[in-house]
Amino acid sequence: MRPHLGAQVARHAVLALFAVLFALPLYLAVVAATRSAPAFLNGVPVAPGGQLGHNLSQVFGRGITNSPAIGNLMVNSAVMALGVSLGKLVLSVPVAYAVVFFRFRGRLVAFWLVLATLMLPVEVRFFPTYQVTTQLGMLNSFSGLIVPLIASATAVFFFRQSFRSFPLELADAARLDGIGPLGFLWRVVLPLSKPGLAAVFVLEFIYGWNQYLWPLLVTSGTHTTVVMGIREMISAAQSFAVPQWNLVMTVALLGLLPPVLVVLIMQRWFVRGLTAGIS
Amino acid sequence: MGVSVLARQTPSAVPAAPEGLAAKRRRRPAGGAGPAIFDHRFLPYLLVLPELVVVGVFFVWPTVRTFVEAFERSNAFGLGTRFSGLSNFVDAVANGNYLQALEVTVVFAASTTVASMAIGLFLAVEVEHLRRGKAVYRTLFVWTYAVPGAIAGSLWLFLFQPDLGPGARLLTQLGVHWNFALHGAQALGLVVALTVWQQSAYNFLFFTAGLQTVPGHVYEAAAIDGAGALGTFWLITLPLLSPTTLLLSVMDVLYAFFSSFAVIDIVTQGGPAGATTTLVYQLYQDGFQNADTGLAGAETVVLIAIAAVFLFAQVRLLERRAHYR
Repeated sequence: MRPHLGAQVARHAVLALFAVLFALPLYLAVVAATRSAPAFLNGVPVAPGGQLGHNLSQVFGRGITNSPAIGNLMVNSAVMALGVSLGKLVLSVPVAYAVVFFRFRGRLVAFWLVLATLMLPVEVRFFPTYQVTTQLGMLNSFSGLIVPLIASATAVFFFRQSFRSFPLELADAARLDGIGPLGFLWRVVLPLSKPGLAAVFVLEFIYGWNQYLWPLLVTSGTHTTVVMGIREMISAAQSFAVPQWNLVMTVALLGLLPPVLVVLIMQRWFVRGLTAGIS
Repeated sequence: MGVSVLARQTPSAVPAAPEGLAAKRRRRPAGGAGPAIFDHRFLPYLLVLPELVVVGVFFVWPTVRTFVEAFERSNAFGLGTRFSGLSNFVDAVANGNYLQALEVTVVFAASTTVASMAIGLFLAVEVEHLRRGKAVYRTLFVWTYAVPGAIAGSLWLFLFQPDLGPGARLLTQLGVHWNFALHGAQALGLVVALTVWQQSAYNFLFFTAGLQTVPGHVYEAAAIDGAGALGTFWLITLPLLSPTTLLLSVMDVLYAFFSSFAVIDIVTQGGPAGATTTLVYQLYQDGFQNADTGLAGAETVVLIAIAAVFLFAQVRLLERRAHYR
């Protein structure tokens, strides 16, 4: 068993090294966020300091000069992330339900039209979509932030696959009990789809929270999100004689915490779900 | 949601029907064109209507307009437009910037894809061979994938801020003349490294999932035949993972092509001298900073064509993967 033990130890050493390398940017951000601005001028502190509370109260209070206060941006990010994720669920579940449980003229056309939107990620269609959004008077509003992003081919596809595995006997039984199609959706399909709904919600929440290009185009000032607002903060922070990287890193931690926490909490589910999908 | 988002997600995670229910499932006719489960005249249309309205207003209509604008040109006073054939496309190609952006995009996509796949695969295989601690390492290797691109860019911008960031100081002490605001190769290297930092996590996740499907007895057989660790990897693990590898290579390239905007905008703004300007960033500059509608339309058409090719490849790969079952 000796050589095996040695191999295991070597493996742990290599993996731990990679884990440290992965974590290093985050660790140094924590160090910066817990220090005062001049602490980085004459070298790199290796341990966190005690300034986190002070930095937090500064970014939540008056912000960095010329850049918006962070509380408002966090609320905007949360509204956008919730709006996008819930909006995608509300739009895509009925489409998948209609495509699987009904036969109607134009059914396949509708399905393929939705799937074709896969070709048009926001980074590809942002220019013409921006023009339409402007004409509809939706700039600088939550509807402008959210609605152009809530059509979701992947969510429709996901729920279609999931609904197709529903036993037809359930629908027959519901019909015999006098339950209509909407009752069946609400009382049978949705409760049985809870894990899938939760998973799509989490993925789309992260998608909404992490958006950068779209908020950059359609909002300014009052509707700015954290992820997009950090750009202004960086330029404001660098205009100081002593660059305020401690404040920028404080905001960065606030901006990355929600999606990272969500992924860590859901991680077990991810690997299991993926395994089921790939096998 | 688009391709790039698909590439950031776990698209194949399909929940199964509750056990026991699935067992006595009636067989559905092939092709899915079987009898209606519910009969209703208007309800199905009402159900698909909201999604189709959003798709129509924010996908179809803008795209159709772009295809029209790509072949039009405003007159001198911007008061009207006239058909101009392929001249916007010719302008885009004749403009040296666009070809440079294409080259930067290809280099960026190739290097981030190869590096993050190699790292993701290496880590996934190593973790898989561990006897204990798998869950801990999975957590440690997966989180960077969820960090918003712009925030990741901010962390790395701080790290490599010339004369100030910890990483920059280290490089200077090693004798590197570090200033990515001046040296194009350094700027490109920085955004590549930062993208690999994020994409490796994504590749790790997919390779880990792929490895779960390799049956243990295959490894036992290899061990009995006296195959070493490297031999097992090249002759067994890698071939069995090839469906995952193919799919990931398409997803990684898509991500590099389209979703790198945030990182580039935060760290380099496409500079210095266009060294990190990708096709998407070029479109952003032409459309919003130079307000050239026709040119931006032509560039959008090119991007849609590229996305369509990759989407087609992705669908084919997903189908092929299905055949392995």
